[in-house]
Amino acid sequence: MEYPGEQVAAMLVELGVTHVVWLPDSAIGQWEQAFENASQFSLVRVCREGEAWATAAGLHLGGMRPMVVIQNTGLFESGDAMRNVVFDLGLPLQAIVGYRSALVPNSSDSARHFTEPILKAWGLDYVTIRSPEELPRVVEHFRKCRTAAKPGVALVAEGSM
Amino acid sequence: MSTTEKERMPLVAALEVLRSLRDQQIVLTTMGAAREWPKLSQHALDLHYIPSAMGGAPPLGLGLALAKPKCEVIVINGDGAMLMNLGSLVTIVASGAMNLTVVVLDNGVYEVTGGQKTAAAAAHAPVDLAAMAAAAGIPSVRRYQDLETWRREAPQVVAMPGPRFIVLSVDPVAEYQLKSPGPMAQRLDAFRAALAGI
Repeated sequence: MEYPGEQVAAMLVELGVTHVVWLPDSAIGQWEQAFENASQFSLVRVCREGEAWATAAGLHLGGMRPMVVIQNTGLFESGDAMRNVVFDLGLPLQAIVGYRSALVPNSSDSARHFTEPILKAWGLDYVTIRSPEELPRVVEHFRKCRTAAKPGVALVAEGSM
Repeated sequence: MSTTEKERMPLVAALEVLRSLRDQQIVLTTMGAAREWPKLSQHALDLHYIPSAMGGAPPLGLGLALAKPKCEVIVINGDGAMLMNLGSLVTIVASGAMNLTVVVLDNGVYEVTGGQKTAAAAAHAPVDLAAMAAAAGIPSVRRYQDLETWRREAPQVVAMPGPRFIVLSVDPVAEYQLKSPGPMAQRLDAFRAALAGI
């Protein structure tokens, strides 16, 4: 499943995103060129996903509108960083998360297995999209979260790793 | 070098040098610095990152630096926290932010958990955080072990091209108590208000 980078970039522009803080996987990594071409937001590349949440927190405190873009495996890795800035600091950060193996029937990928239970355990409001046609739901979801001043996640279903 | 076999300076005196040079920079403190800095400074642009995710201060400071490119940001970190997030040195360079200074208070131990050695302090070969920062591409890197040299050179060091990375070898504190500076929500509201003015 390919989500066109230009469409995703346009969606981020529509949301008023100023900085994309990201560590890509093979699916969302296809958006790189479109993100680089977008003049309305900056691309911040991090080395580890925990950095993404903290960097986004600093941007948010400084009045910017960041979007974290990582894979679900990176979401697991960055759990403490997310916990701190979202719950200790109370920042309503938003993230687009590549949902590895979500489109693979009967996948035994543990990354797929644990993604939604962990989001539920953390109390993060999320939406899952399974095709490019559903991308407008992401805009709708993040707008709803912003209005409620709460964090939000959009899971973008992918094939295998 | 690791801090195991070398001269160190008193923590508060090392911070006092930095405070004496402080103007309108954002100062983000964590770990031991968050305990001592508030005794030296009460500034609207101070943010004491407590509670923290250990290792999170440099990227948090980077986010502030990117959001406020006309303002200098100083992150005062611990060596144990720095070791948890060495990749952030590369991220800082890759971001292009030049208005960021990371100061590492290197005492070789995890004070917050009772003074256990860091892996760097326990390593058989010296671990050089400053060399790591230089290797990551940070253009202005300095390391100080004695207070007089730090005091003498600090005014020039903080004016070097950014980003900057400064390692200060400091004495560990035996009795470690880190008290919360107050409710985070209130502190962030005040900090945001101060940021809005710059």
